[in-house]
Amino acid sequence: MSIWVKQFTVCTALQLCLSNVSIAEMAAGVEQIGRSATEAELAAWDIDVRPDFQGLPPGSGDALQGEEIWLEKCAFCHGDFGDSNEVFTPIVLGNITEDDIASGRVADLTNPAVARTTLMKVATVSTLWDYIYRAMPWNAPKSLSPDEVYSLLAYILNLGYIIDEDFELTESTIQDVQDRMPNRNGMTFDHGLWAVDGTPDVQGSQCTDDCPVGTHVTSSIPEYARDAHGNLEDQVRSYGPFPGVRTVALDADADAIVSAVPTDEANSAELPPSDALAAGGCMACHQMEGNRVGPGFAEIKAHYAGQDAASHLTSKIRQGGSGVWGVIPMPANPALAEADLQQIVGWLTAD
Amino acid sequence: MPDRCTDSRGQLQPAPESFLAPDLIADISREGVNESRRGLLKSALTAATAALAAPALSADDPDIVNIPEWSRTLGRPVADNPYGQPSKYEANIIRRQSPGLTQTDQASVAFTPLQSTFGMITPSGLHFERHHQGWVDIDPRRHRLMINGLVDTPMVFTMEDLMRMPSVSRIHFIECGANTALEWGNAAVPTVQYTHGMLSGSEFTGVPVSLLLERAGFDRQRATVLLAEGADGSSMTRTINIANALDDAMVAYGQNGEMLRPENGYPLRLVVPGVQGVSWVKWLRRLEVGDLPWAAKDEAVHYVDLMPDGSQRQYTAIQEAKSVITSPSGGQKLMSQGYYCITGLAWSGRGSVVKVEVSVDGGRNWRAARTEGPILPKALTRFNFDWVWNGDEALLQSRVTDSSGYTQPSRTELVAVRGTRSIYHNNAIQSWRVAPSGEVENVHLG
Repeated sequence: MSIWVKQFTVCTALQLCLSNVSIAEMAAGVEQIGRSATEAELAAWDIDVRPDFQGLPPGSGDALQGEEIWLEKCAFCHGDFGDSNEVFTPIVLGNITEDDIASGRVADLTNPAVARTTLMKVATVSTLWDYIYRAMPWNAPKSLSPDEVYSLLAYILNLGYIIDEDFELTESTIQDVQDRMPNRNGMTFDHGLWAVDGTPDVQGSQCTDDCPVGTHVTSSIPEYARDAHGNLEDQVRSYGPFPGVRTVALDADADAIVSAVPTDEANSAELPPSDALAAGGCMACHQMEGNRVGPGFAEIKAHYAGQDAASHLTSKIRQGGSGVWGVIPMPANPALAEADLQQIVGWLTAD
Repeated sequence: MPDRCTDSRGQLQPAPESFLAPDLIADISREGVNESRRGLLKSALTAATAALAAPALSADDPDIVNIPEWSRTLGRPVADNPYGQPSKYEANIIRRQSPGLTQTDQASVAFTPLQSTFGMITPSGLHFERHHQGWVDIDPRRHRLMINGLVDTPMVFTMEDLMRMPSVSRIHFIECGANTALEWGNAAVPTVQYTHGMLSGSEFTGVPVSLLLERAGFDRQRATVLLAEGADGSSMTRTINIANALDDAMVAYGQNGEMLRPENGYPLRLVVPGVQGVSWVKWLRRLEVGDLPWAAKDEAVHYVDLMPDGSQRQYTAIQEAKSVITSPSGGQKLMSQGYYCITGLAWSGRGSVVKVEVSVDGGRNWRAARTEGPILPKALTRFNFDWVWNGDEALLQSRVTDSSGYTQPSRTELVAVRGTRSIYHNNAIQSWRVAPSGEVENVHLG
């Protein structure tokens, strides 16, 4: 923190020059626009938690309590142990060592073979509390109570060997956790990218003639990956000086074009209820076709085709469930409007 | 008559090895070259040379002699399309995702097709998208901006309040800090849309942040940072340098003459010129004045730049000077030798573009490009460079020097300091290889 105080002492001196409007210069009447915020309004929106824990609400929880909530609300994206790479990069992979915790620097950050997890990177435990409270779970942000956030955070910290499973995480004990954060000394402010007049760390050459540079091609996209981004010919104008390179075989391309042309049938009642799906946050885990976190809608429709599955699907969507499509449970969706739910079920069960 | 053929799309294809008409060849082989045929031969050669740059004379053009249908029909009425759309022939020019880059579409990126845009303004519908938890379409009558923290009076503003206040309009670039992130280690993606397409330029209209902070009576002595927070599900937060906030930041509702698009933060976003896009918080609901940075998720877990020694640079914000040739670029092809206008974009988060240079030999020799006005601070600058391609391999690069005296580094220079794992702030010189076949591809040189 001391580096910030030093840095900002300089900034503060500059501010007087930088501010281009002063209250005295403000056009007459502008000071009448807007109103004071009420205490309740501030409490509702001012939810940020700083590294010094300013803004942290009181509460408590431990890893065992957290595990229950985790399995219900978090595991379907992050995996039971926070190590899933299915949807997001892993939170924890079990590679935090006692040496890391002692030094406050995670050694594996210099190892290119190890994927960077949240607990390897983050220096401040406040970051995790703040983020879980404001943005999680993925499909129902701001639905967790402070105690639930303390519990979930305790569960994550326990997976990273930072606290024991019976450690009671509270607004008072969280500083003890900060003192054990494995990468708490891993951040640096020694760079020129904070301020517009910062000093660059790299300066390019200004040589203009016969410059001593290597001009051998050291990397290019391999032949087998030419079509990894589809047919590049279709990603530029079909006329003009620089047409695109065809990167897929002609026949495959022709098929793709045919299948992409919208037909009248596609405009029938089988159109997906996109507003309802968006309202339910369904697309976070499902896609139209093919499995992602959950099964594709096409697969669901096929699975239940010819069955009277409306009430079953209604219950699955409303209350959640598991075991039909794999190990990742479907979360409950209590907030989904009944009309949206019925529209989705109607679409899934349409012939 | 030069022998040219067309492919299924009507694109002219060169055949320089057979520019003599079959009739003439037969005639010459039968009769030998006489004065008359020498003249024909000469004119054919002249035509073939000209054909390198432009289609040669040929049979009458059916698109001229057969008066096209659009010249023989009554056109469509006004307001047929009350909010105008691009021509149906422009359907290829869209934002695209990079397959496999992300596993959810809500925390993902759709890239701007830089290879197909002109000038310094990005059409709002092609402005790149980067969301952290999906996008929302907020009812502006129910949107509020709160200002709190180190202020005399915590305040609330409605959209009506904000749109009533003194406004400013300024043209600026916005670039994601992770633009070109895929290119740190190796040439990974094929076109400029994917290498550089988290970049857009727009005119923004809104209220200066300094005015709002004055209105709330902020604490000049203690204020060092500003927290910006969104109203969407992620309620994303970022710490802003108070110097930027007071200098040229604005709370913007307008973009290119219309309201912001929902994907770009409708009805209100923060604009922090020169600073990476993640700090331009969309769906902005709150600004908090503070004296310590917040270490929010996107400045403590993501948007930290890993250095070779394992340390992570935190609160990296400024987008340093950068340029890229947008045409010809990866995935395009040159159909014949001759003249081409190499065009591209240059920008700097520290000021204005002073000079853009282009190399066609991989950085051995550099010549100045023309920069097109207006040249504005922290805005995209279009550059153009005249070039005659002789059919040999060429290695195209551009580099920019900005008003701070900083020159864009080569990839070799940048990687020597930062390694290849920092993800963010890759502003290295981009190389495009033009093969003798005319195909252009993304390459790294060394």
